Amino acid sequence: MEKVQEKVIIAHDLVKKFGTFVANDNLNFEVYAGEIFGFLGANGAGKTTTIRILSGLSKPTSGEVKVAGFDAYHQTEQIKKNIGYMCQKFSLYEDLTVKENIVLYGGIYGMSRTLISERLRELLEKLHFEEYENRMISDLPLGLRQKLAFSVAILHNPKIVFLDEPTGGVDPITRRQFWESIYETASRGITVFVTTHYMDEAEYCDRISIMSDGKIVALDTPAELKKQYNSKSIDEVFIKIARPATQGSPPLGGLGGRN
Amino acid sequence: MVQAIEATGIFKSFGSTKALEDISFSVNESEIFGFIGPDGSGKTTLFRTITTLLLPDKGRMKVLGMDVIKDYKELRKNIGYMPGRFSLYQDLSVEENLNFYATVFGTTVEENYDLISDIYSHIEPFKKRLTGKLSGGMKQKLALSCALIHKPRLLVLDEPTTGVDAVSRSEFWDMLGKLRQYNITIIVSTPYMDEAIRCDRVGLIQNGKILSIDTPQKIKEGFSRKLFTVKASEKYKLILSLRKNPGILTAYPFGDSIHVTLADESADRTLLNYLKNDGIDDAVIQEAEAGIEDRFLELMEIE
Repeated sequence: MEKVQEKVIIAHDLVKKFGTFVANDNLNFEVYAGEIFGFLGANGAGKTTTIRILSGLSKPTSGEVKVAGFDAYHQTEQIKKNIGYMCQKFSLYEDLTVKENIVLYGGIYGMSRTLISERLRELLEKLHFEEYENRMISDLPLGLRQKLAFSVAILHNPKIVFLDEPTGGVDPITRRQFWESIYETASRGITVFVTTHYMDEAEYCDRISIMSDGKIVALDTPAELKKQYNSKSIDEVFIKIARPATQGSPPLGGLGGRN
Repeated sequence: MVQAIEATGIFKSFGSTKALEDISFSVNESEIFGFIGPDGSGKTTLFRTITTLLLPDKGRMKVLGMDVIKDYKELRKNIGYMPGRFSLYQDLSVEENLNFYATVFGTTVEENYDLISDIYSHIEPFKKRLTGKLSGGMKQKLALSCALIHKPRLLVLDEPTTGVDAVSRSEFWDMLGKLRQYNITIIVSTPYMDEAIRCDRVGLIQNGKILSIDTPQKIKEGFSRKLFTVKASEKYKLILSLRKNPGILTAYPFGDSIHVTLADESADRTLLNYLKNDGIDDAVIQEAEAGIEDRFLELMEIE
């Protein structure tokens, strides 16, 4: 890889406890600039807890954690300014237009008016979206919505963008266009941090980690993991090593997952 | 062969949105039949029509030998339906939900316990827990138990594995496989192409139309061209380079490789040289077997 090996996420001995429940048990990993990193685990394995810490929404109990060069204990506001987030189910306001969504998010990210309108033009042109500028999000087909949501998540040029099941439920052509825009984004040096239950989405990542019961049990390139576990797919690797989390629900009800 | 479902020329629109357009298919008794397609392709509308919850605008459908319009009352007693959105009572306990569904269908949990014991035993230790407090995988098992408790002849599962982790998904399919012994016909929808192989036959659905219906193997074999995988360490550069080459018919990223079809199917060596000249010197090209998703992409291009 020719990528500059700048570390944008550092987690050393990351521990997060809720009372006596250890949600994250000594996690050690580093993620590089421009890397597409897959963060996998069964429901309840502790992924959401980690992502909340990495996005400055929750503080670790102990360990060294740095995101975009900022400390996860004391610099959570700076962390938030340097990350983007997109989940498949909700990212844009359906009853606002394309333009209104962009202006709203630009404002939230603290961008200047000039910069917002500059980015708005760029974006509409790049996505061939000019005709949609004043259309409500609810009128857009799912594929376009998803492309726009991704562009909005990186509107402020963050160091890291978190994607939750980015291509779940879209048609196979749209999925591939979406992955191409993820590759393009990573090639510009933005780190793409993907969580997913879709094991074939994991196959697109540069490296993946698999969490089980609060611990990282595997971390490597997809090819290396398949070799190591003598498996044809990441799905097979996952089923071999990611034992479902203990059936008791964690103390904070509804950590992650849907329904 | 006895047909569990026979649909001919089904249309359904919502305003100007054509949700189903001329859908015809049949499902054999006791088979596991999968509808595979993205969100918005019409899977849920189709399932609501099968379960008599929506009336088709046009077309005929017989389910278990009964007409979905005329015989809906009798038909409903014989269908177990697990909707896509979790719809059990979250403020009832696990046990209360199961009893409730049994009672609604005029039966008891004891009477049909055999049928669900394999599935329900996983959650039985938590039977006093409120349903809203269950994990995703447990909710899914309870919903399946409730859909089965009246011993339906047809089980209709709308995206039962969406949002569920890979381990639970795999277990879920194992459970469905075990239900075969009870001669229950199962139709199931999923956006996950890799789940196709768990079905006896699948229908690929997109924009309210069925693109193809066959066994998973036959669908793969339907792929008409020679397929190559191309790998290189710099994927994005590789994609851009392939896109510039007029000899490439299609180039789609698939995990760690790009799936490529060539205008001249013997030109893979030429392609390697082309890539080398374009600054990609670690490319590896291999012939590969097409999967369901490759075929789905091909059918979408034809559409």
